[in-house]
Amino acid sequence: MSMKSSTRQVDGVTIIDLSGRITLGEGSSVLRDLVRQTVAKGNKKILLNLGDVTYIDSSGIGELVSAFTSVRNAGGELKLLNLTKKVHDLLQITKLYTVFDVKDDEATAIQAFSK
Amino acid sequence: MHSDRQTTCFLEARYFLALSRASKRKKGGGKHLSMTAKKVVYKLDSTLESVNEAEQKASELASGSGFDEDEVLRIEMAVREAAVNAVYHGNGYDPNKKMTLAFERTEKDLIITVADEGHGLDPEKLPDPLAPENLLKPSGRGIFLIRSFMDEVRFRSLEPGTEITLIKHVRSEAADGKEESK
Repeated sequence: MSMKSSTRQVDGVTIIDLSGRITLGEGSSVLRDLVRQTVAKGNKKILLNLGDVTYIDSSGIGELVSAFTSVRNAGGELKLLNLTKKVHDLLQITKLYTVFDVKDDEATAIQAFSK
Repeated sequence: MHSDRQTTCFLEARYFLALSRASKRKKGGGKHLSMTAKKVVYKLDSTLESVNEAEQKASELASGSGFDEDEVLRIEMAVREAAVNAVYHGNGYDPNKKMTLAFERTEKDLIITVADEGHGLDPEKLPDPLAPENLLKPSGRGIFLIRSFMDEVRFRSLEPGTEITLIKHVRSEAADGKEESK
């Protein structure tokens, strides 16, 4: 299943709900465009909900990193929400788990963004 | 999940059915290059569809070899990364260059080789993706993940290209499952 996404706003935070696969050619470029468009609209508080992401490869990991750095360079914040065990393990292996601000509760995640 | 005996039998059957089909297609000049009783070789275009096909075949074969769900995922991810390296970094999506993919199941190992026709790769010169200066780089994690997920990884230079061999040892539990499925 290729990646699907939907975007919603909650208390000034743009939540991007992702599902399916974030892999080379399937979801990674879509994710890149989504984050760029969100930042271009001036929405710099972004919460990526990965709860329904079933699979991610090194390209997808690379896009998460790119999204994180591009939002940060634009003066914003990007956090991750609801990691599956597979994605959690991948971020642990690649030592990225401590780089990202990872949350497992949406309300707590929204509160964690700077006001 | 393909851990129950019935599913394992089914996948084993599919694997040997695939071997049979490969034998027939070989005569007709299909994309299967060659096969032996234990080894299947495919020659695939340098496309993302081939990457997905390689991943799918690895998943089926790993499941049929009795690996548990987590190990199957690791094997299919490793094969996907190797296939991406081959068609993208190695062959540059060149329609004139092929990816050669081989699966071999021995008594002790599942052995997968992926070869490209690119400019070659020196695995010793790959940057460490865990180094602080590389941690936020968007690429460079593929080989690292392959090494993390497989028991042995070997590289061989071809003329032209690179062949990577991925080996996963068949645990006694997996081997028992295979025995039971016969």
